[in-house]
This record gives sequence, structure tokens and C-alpha cells, in this order.
Amino acid sequence: MTATPLPEHPDFLWRTPEPRSSYDVVIVGAGGHGLATAYYLARNHGITNVAVLEKGWLAGGNMARNTTIIRSNYLWDESAAIYEHALGLWERLPEELDYDFLFSQRGVLNLAHTLQDVREGVRRVNANRLNGVDAQWLEPDEVAKVCPILNVSPRTRYPVLGATFQPRAGIAKHDHVAWALARRADELGVDLIQGCEVTGFLKDGDRVVGVETSRGRILAGRVGLAAAGHSSVLAERAGVRLPVQSHPLQALVSELHEPVHPTVVMSNHVHVYVSQAHKGELVMGAGVDAYNGYGQRGSFHVIERQMAAAVELFPVFARAHVLRTWGGIVDVTPDASPIIGTTPVENLYVNCGWGTGGFKATPAAGWTFAHTIATGEPHPLNAPFALERFTTGALIDEHGAAAVAH
Amino acid sequence: MLLISCPWCGPRDETEYHYGGQAHVPYPKNPAELTDEEWAAYVFYRDNPKGPFAERWMHGTGCRRWFNVLRDTVSYEVLAAYRLDEPRPDIAQAGGNP
Repeated sequence: MTATPLPEHPDFLWRTPEPRSSYDVVIVGAGGHGLATAYYLARNHGITNVAVLEKGWLAGGNMARNTTIIRSNYLWDESAAIYEHALGLWERLPEELDYDFLFSQRGVLNLAHTLQDVREGVRRVNANRLNGVDAQWLEPDEVAKVCPILNVSPRTRYPVLGATFQPRAGIAKHDHVAWALARRADELGVDLIQGCEVTGFLKDGDRVVGVETSRGRILAGRVGLAAAGHSSVLAERAGVRLPVQSHPLQALVSELHEPVHPTVVMSNHVHVYVSQAHKGELVMGAGVDAYNGYGQRGSFHVIERQMAAAVELFPVFARAHVLRTWGGIVDVTPDASPIIGTTPVENLYVNCGWGTGGFKATPAAGWTFAHTIATGEPHPLNAPFALERFTTGALIDEHGAAAVAH
Repeated sequence: MLLISCPWCGPRDETEYHYGGQAHVPYPKNPAELTDEEWAAYVFYRDNPKGPFAERWMHGTGCRRWFNVLRDTVSYEVLAAYRLDEPRPDIAQAGGNP
């Protein structure tokens, strides 16, 4: 009996072109945000003479290192607007991109363990509702109904006193998101160029006119930076100082388990967040390391505390084994909100400062950044997130809703 | 985990310390004369080098005193620890900010 041969390995989902000598727009960083920006530049603005330059490989930085959580339950109007825009885009992107990236709206619980947590949670639920974001306050018995494996006993060290719940929140398969965006951007004519590090900028006075790369000089009408943890290093080469600090943020997965965890659970206070991937891994994250770092690895004691919290909240996890840990470098701003907009250098635009929460914003970051690059003006959704806010003082303080201590 | 030498207590685990960000950031000499841009630079803008970085740490579970550490932000190697009244050690190493 002859077995049916396996199908050939599919061709790559995008071309691997040589960089041309000039483009209308060069995007630096082929992570989720860079790819989404290129996609929307082509789709929304008809700008297809675009290159996305990536020093490593496509979506191999923070896009490959996050915990894939998507939600929009932020406190302030400006944040709710942009994250809710992202969630709306997430809901239609699989069909639009014709690629199933396993977007699963299984809901997110943000636990409260102290009276202050409860007050903050109830306030956030009310703020969310006023902004059209789905949100509910759940008492401990209702929390247990949403997530039966969660220990809501009053006898734990930090008892669960309630939780906010956003039913439309969820997770998506991060690699597939990147590949889906890359394939479509490529089809629309965007050049995705991997192994091409930007080493400097070509300037004509106060105007950027191109980039120096490890593969030669590339002229550009406009340049957009979407380099996450390396944003300040890159911007400095263009003579722009950014108010960001780079920190290691790590996460881990367990070995595979049967489906046990039906939702996403986050806790600011005991500090762990966990969901179960489609394949069965428990995916867990914690806080950033306090110190600045670019090493793509984190401290062991952070994992130790996160595991202690996870086991107390989920006694069923006690015998799960860690399979793999990893770290990404996140760029943190003083108000825990991103910077999307123009810079003091003409034709140079920046999308950075998403800190620990950039994945969930991927489509909206791309949508608004593409608008800003195409028109030279901010989109109403990213206007409040301009660099100028650190001078005017109009900060968008999202330390609480960012859900990761930083 | 980092091993950091407190100038008073000696080498201790990172978990005994509290991180305080960039060192050698002086309070403005004439605060009343600062522009909004200069205030923003003082309050919100810090160096973020890839390489040696002079930063503040406080020995929270020990002597509770602040001191400075010169640390490489890529290798995480602690290059020096020194008191606030001492100058930044002149350690020749490629990269990073002066």
C-alpha cells in the first residue's frame, strides 16, 4: 500500500525582494505594527510603493514573544477609543485577510484582591460603558461561574473580591496575525525586506530623505519607525530623543494540557495573567523587570512570583510543567500610553511606547500610523497620543488599565 | 538575578534592591527660568542606552541607602557600584552613553 504523499511545503506567503533604491514610504520594523501599517497604507490610502525593513526576521521580535491577549477595557476616553477601534478591526480582520488566525473572544477577567482594586475595577467598568466598551462587574461567585478552575475561596492570601469582565476580549494566534498581514501587504505591492538593519538616517537639513541600512542606502519620501524596544536607539540616530525606557518583559508556556481554562484571567495585584492556547499550552505573563535592558531575557525571581500567584489562584496548575520561557523588550513611556505621530524631524514618524500591551492594538496602531504617514496629520484616534503631550502635560495615565506593573 | 554590591553592605541579590532609573540627573539650577520643553526634558526624558548605563539603586532590605551602579543593559553585567558622592567610574567599553 502506498501512502498518499504529503503535500509540498507551501511557498512562502510573501516575496523576498531585493531592496530598491527608493520608496515613497519606508517602515522600520516588520512586527505586527509595521506590517499593519504597511497593509493599511496600501488598503486605505493607495500607497503601495512601500518597504518594510526588518533587521531580523519577519515578526520575530515582540510579535513572537507576547501573550496574545486582546481587550479594550482601558480607563481614559482616548485609550478606550483607540483600543476599541482595534477590537472592532480584530473582529473583521480574519475575513478581510482571508486567514484564520484563531481569534477567540473568550472574555477577559481582571481580578480585584483589595478594596482599592474593587473601587478601581468598578470605576473602570463604568468608564468603559460610557465609552461603548462591553464591561461588567462580577462578584466572586459570578467570577467562579465564568472560570470554574479559579480559586475564589476567602481563605487565600489575597482573596478574589470580584473582577471586571469584558466578554468580547480574547486571544489570537500571534504568528498567524503577522503572516496574514504580511501576505496581504505583499499582494498589494509592499516589499517586505528581512535581514536589513537600519543603521542611520539620510537627512536634508531637518528633513529625513532616506535610511542607511546593512544592505545599502534607501531613499524614502517618508519614514515610519515601528521598532518597539529599540525605538529610542533608532530615533536617536535620527537626532530625535524619545521619552521611553526599554525593559525586559518575560512570559512562559506550560506543556500541553486538555482544555481547562475557558477565558483569560489577569491580576494586577498578585501579578499573573494566564490563558490557554488553542493547542493546550497555558500561556502566562508577569511584570517587567524593573531595570532597563535589551537582553531579551528576564529575571528568575519574576517567574518565581508569577508562578506562586498562578498556583494559588489555580490549584489545578500545581503540577503543570514549564516548557519554555522567553523575553521581549518593551518600550515604556512615563504615562504607560503609546506615542504615535510626528517628530521634530520632517517626514519622520514614530509609533512606539506601547510598553507591555502592543499586540492588542496591532490593527489600530497600523490604521492610525498609516493615516499619519499618508497625510502628515494625526488621525483623530492618535492625535492625543502625540509626543507633544509630555511638554503640554496632557498625559494619558493608563498605569492601572495597562495591567502590567511598569 | 543580578548580584549587586551595595557600597556599605556588600554583594546582595537583586531582590534586596529597588531600582531608581538613570543616575546623575541634576535638579535644574534655575527652575523658575525653565521653559516647558526644558521641564519636560527634566521630568520625562531619560537616557536609554544599549550598553553601559549609570543608574540608581536603593538597598531596600539592607541599609536603605541610595547609590549608583554602572551596568551594561545588554549583558546585564554590573561594571561598578559607587556612592553618590563619588564620580562615575571611567570604564572604557564600547557603546552606551557617556
